[in-house]
Amino acid sequence: MNSFKQLVSLLLVLNSVLYVNTLRAELIIDITEGIQSTHKIAIVPFAMHAAASDKEMEVISQIISADLRGSGDFSVLAKDEMLSAPTQAEQVKYRHWAVTGQDYLVIGSILKQGKLYKIKMSLFDVVKKQQINELLINVESSSLRKAGHYLSDAIYKTIMGINGVFSSRIAYVTSSELANKKKQYSLFVSDYDGHNAVAITKSNEPLMSPAWSPNGLHVAYVSFENKVSEIFVQTLSTGSRRSVAKFKGVNGSPAWSPDGKKLAITLSKSGNSDIFILTLANASVKQLTRSWAIDTEASWSPDGDSILFTSNRGRGAQLYIMPSNGKGTAERLTFEGDYNARGSFSKDGKRVVMIQAEKGNYRVAVLDVEKQQTTILSEGRADESPSFSPNGQVIIYARRKAGKEILSLVSVDGLKKQDIKSSSGFVREPAWAPKAK
Amino acid sequence: MTIKSKGLMALLLVLALSACSDKVVKPQSGEQGALINSGAENSAYDGGTDLLVETVAIGQGMDQVTELMQSDTFSNPNSPLSKRVIYFEYDSSNVKAEFVPVVEAHAVYLVNNPNQAITLEGHSDERGTREYNIALAEQRAKSVFNMLQVLGVMSHQVDVVSYGEEKPEAMGSDEAAFQLNRRVEVVYK
Repeated sequence: MNSFKQLVSLLLVLNSVLYVNTLRAELIIDITEGIQSTHKIAIVPFAMHAAASDKEMEVISQIISADLRGSGDFSVLAKDEMLSAPTQAEQVKYRHWAVTGQDYLVIGSILKQGKLYKIKMSLFDVVKKQQINELLINVESSSLRKAGHYLSDAIYKTIMGINGVFSSRIAYVTSSELANKKKQYSLFVSDYDGHNAVAITKSNEPLMSPAWSPNGLHVAYVSFENKVSEIFVQTLSTGSRRSVAKFKGVNGSPAWSPDGKKLAITLSKSGNSDIFILTLANASVKQLTRSWAIDTEASWSPDGDSILFTSNRGRGAQLYIMPSNGKGTAERLTFEGDYNARGSFSKDGKRVVMIQAEKGNYRVAVLDVEKQQTTILSEGRADESPSFSPNGQVIIYARRKAGKEILSLVSVDGLKKQDIKSSSGFVREPAWAPKAK
Repeated sequence: MTIKSKGLMALLLVLALSACSDKVVKPQSGEQGALINSGAENSAYDGGTDLLVETVAIGQGMDQVTELMQSDTFSNPNSPLSKRVIYFEYDSSNVKAEFVPVVEAHAVYLVNNPNQAITLEGHSDERGTREYNIALAEQRAKSVFNMLQVLGVMSHQVDVVSYGEEKPEAMGSDEAAFQLNRRVEVVYK
């Protein structure tokens, strides 16, 4: 029951998160191609007890269904194909699920007590004919979606053996044209599936390069609101923010160190774009690269010892890596393709995701650092801004489609692809938040 | 327009041109007008010359005469100062030979008007990553800046800001749009 108490407090913390305003632009995940689901699962609508509305009852099983289907690893049985609708373990008849070829079954119930919803979820292995997980959680009404994602994560972990991404969040930038022809740029934070989208800042001048702090509490970004580039760090819970870099020239590409104490940033105050390390506590900056060339798009290795960055010091843009303490020289990391840029490490440090150009097509590519093998994962002409999911299994990126900019998901093996539909025509620069602790 | 004001305009035009380089760039095709207006945050750009001339002809003092001179100099297609966009090759920040006279004309004007300040706005096409394009577009603006400095413009007269691919001039994902987007805009303050 300890983990159960932890969950309740976690949900209450999440629930208390306030944002500066509530402008919404919801994204909807749209499975487009290449899904080869490996597991068949049935999710029975949860039973309702005492004053929970139909909508509240439905939401949990709907979220779980959407999460698991969206992961590409599951196909979910349609409700009208279910032969029975058990809500308690004693009611489960395995043959009802085996006959439709199901591997797994999820049942549950929701009990409303005062302001709290007590949600019980049971997971069964249909083939082995046994219950393999059971969870009981208490949440307030406003946290029902979070509860659904939490249960999806638990189911995914039990079956797949790795963490799901269903409780994670993303940040992204949208642009639109207002009636007065001015541009409106917005930086949004939302659930990974686009729900609960909140604009954390807006401007008539460009917003760029959102980056999550490792603890998921702050977002650093670039704003041109003062007609020059400037880096801000904003605290999500309060909406308060501070300017951390406003030097002459470029202030760009913020990247948090794994300990959350520093930002690697790009400044051009020394003449052209170089990488600097900004210590947040005392606002000191230390120059890391000193070349005549463009050095930008820094990213930390998971251990914090190295900085990966883009440089055109050779011929064209390529990725380089150097010690983050500045003691040592930069070594070139990429050799395939005409252009490799905006690299970032997977959490285990084994892979680097980047944009690679070949014959004028800019695509998402993953480099296996040890094997030095590159796999191209996307098919666009101007794909951008790839970001690893917290479990390292999925990459979110921006692509252009029919004159619009949309977000898209691709699995690291390139087999599963999904577009994320949006009500806004121009959605870009997705950044997947680290897993909330 | 009165004869008097026409005469004044002609005089001012002569004055303005004599302040410029002797390399006069011929106006280009029709798209030029659209490009000039695009960067316009300054009312002196918007070609309302006739109206201004009428106002000034009544005689309101030298400040307005100076304003007229700028207005006419910048909007007259025969003036090299009417060109305020410099275009670049892909992934390059070298000022092409055909745009050197444009930069020179702005340099002469700025040297002769030491209180005049400009912003050089660097831009790129959409290809490549956004932050790399910020750096690339800044290099483009700095190439122009360096050329202006060599020609005697004081550094305090020039601000540089790079927008990378964030403010495209032309929508579209073809080379025609890319060409128009790889640019440095000279914005008079």
